[in-house]
Amino acid sequence: MTMTAVQEKIRVQNLNLFYGDNQALYDIDLSMQAGSITAFIGPSGCGKSTLLRTLNRMNDLIPSVKITGEVLVDNQNIYADDTDVVSLRKRVGMVFQRPNPFPMSIYDNIAYGPRIHGIKRKRDLDEIVEKSLRQAALWEEVKDRLNKSAMGLSGGQQQRLCIARLLAVDPDVLLMDEPTSALDPISTLKVEELTQELKDKYSIIIVTHNMQQAARISDTTAFFLNGVMVEHGETDKLFTNPGDQRTEDYITGRFG
Amino acid sequence: MNSKLTNRLATGMFWLVGLGILAILAWFLWHILSAGLPHISWKFLTKKPEEMLSGGGIGPQLFNSFYILALSLLFSIPFGVGAGIWLSEYAKKNRFTDLVRLATEMLASVPSIVFGLFGLLVFVTTLHMGYSIIGGALTLSLLNLPVLVRVTEETLRAVPDSYREASLALGATKWQTIRKVLLPTALPGLVTGITLVAGRALGESAILIFTAGVSVSRFAPDFNVMASGETLAVHLWYVRSEGLVPDATQIAEGTAALLVLVVLILNLVIALPSRFLQRKMAGKSS
Repeated sequence: MTMTAVQEKIRVQNLNLFYGDNQALYDIDLSMQAGSITAFIGPSGCGKSTLLRTLNRMNDLIPSVKITGEVLVDNQNIYADDTDVVSLRKRVGMVFQRPNPFPMSIYDNIAYGPRIHGIKRKRDLDEIVEKSLRQAALWEEVKDRLNKSAMGLSGGQQQRLCIARLLAVDPDVLLMDEPTSALDPISTLKVEELTQELKDKYSIIIVTHNMQQAARISDTTAFFLNGVMVEHGETDKLFTNPGDQRTEDYITGRFG
Repeated sequence: MNSKLTNRLATGMFWLVGLGILAILAWFLWHILSAGLPHISWKFLTKKPEEMLSGGGIGPQLFNSFYILALSLLFSIPFGVGAGIWLSEYAKKNRFTDLVRLATEMLASVPSIVFGLFGLLVFVTTLHMGYSIIGGALTLSLLNLPVLVRVTEETLRAVPDSYREASLALGATKWQTIRKVLLPTALPGLVTGITLVAGRALGESAILIFTAGVSVSRFAPDFNVMASGETLAVHLWYVRSEGLVPDATQIAEGTAALLVLVVLILNLVIALPSRFLQRKMAGKSS
């Protein structure tokens, strides 16, 4: 993949989403570039997490959800009838709000993805486990306890483990749903640093309720309010010179 | 009365209730074991029973108890666990699912002697199995089935949704998620359920009187599933109600004690590895 020109990774077109009769997203149009970090900000209930979950079809798990419009990943509409959701989720992976390691050893957590995708040889798995943990800046902390349960790690370590677990299946896009909201400041800093190291190789989309975080780590930011995308633009510009009064009100703390 | 005093009273009461449970169990065990243990000997455990003379053993019954238990679990675990998985993971919330759940609950509340009668009519008579180990095991699995369904469904439901999400978000299929994440996580609960069912099956008599019969094969151990197979619990009932042997009381006491011991040992054998596994997964053992 050449990085010469700015490359579009995901395009959301005219997306509407309903929970039963309640509309949660209105006419979303949004383009996200490869190799960059996009932040979704907005008050609670504005639809930012819901939008994130449409990008790898995690909303499929909720029976009442109805979606119209298109989401294109690499120019393929992932809501087309012939979409293979399993392989989509392998390409577009997700880190959740609360760290959710499996109740297995650290090693088995990381090897879970590669194993279900057919990698069996111990040597290959060892290599992936080490590489993923190094990428997630966790290797030094856990290399002597790979066979211990992941549930014994601290919250921050668990979240980096979940990132490593995701990297092990070699996705293109990392969706992060408020990944630091359950973490202490030091762990938060580590995860933020991690996103900077990963952004060259992956497209990262991060939902955050923390505006400073969005300002610190993202290249572009989209601001949502009541299911509508108010504004999407360069992070620096959006935070210093927003184009919409509502954005300005939000980032200056007048509501939300 | 102030709230501190009430609190102290309540605490004391709950302690008392807890101790009361322990006392009842201890009393029961002491009663059964002190009467029965003296009669248990190697000869008693291995010898065949007598019809008229004293000094009979319970060897074949001990074997039959485990043989029927194993067969019944073999039949009921795939069905019960399968139905539990379906109810918890696949079934949509609709009338049909509600009906299946209701049917399971109704099956669970059927008295065991009615299952016995059903087994007698269906397996023993209509399907010409006669009083047999297979007839007993099949009927026993009907008794166990609803419990297994419910335990499986409940333990799977208790697995946090975050595990399902994590697995699916890594590109796992639903079946991979069930097999590699949900079932291993639910295993301790499943094992507890199976232990419960196994204990009940070992002690079950009403069903087996009607289906497995009250006599034993002339050979021991006899793996022929068509042979009639009296179990320990049935033997206990038989010697006390119809037995002609002069030492019926001793044999009954010995059998009762043995039955209790067997169930206790079975519980330990199954529960200990499961505890260990659970602790390991939770990261507490190091």
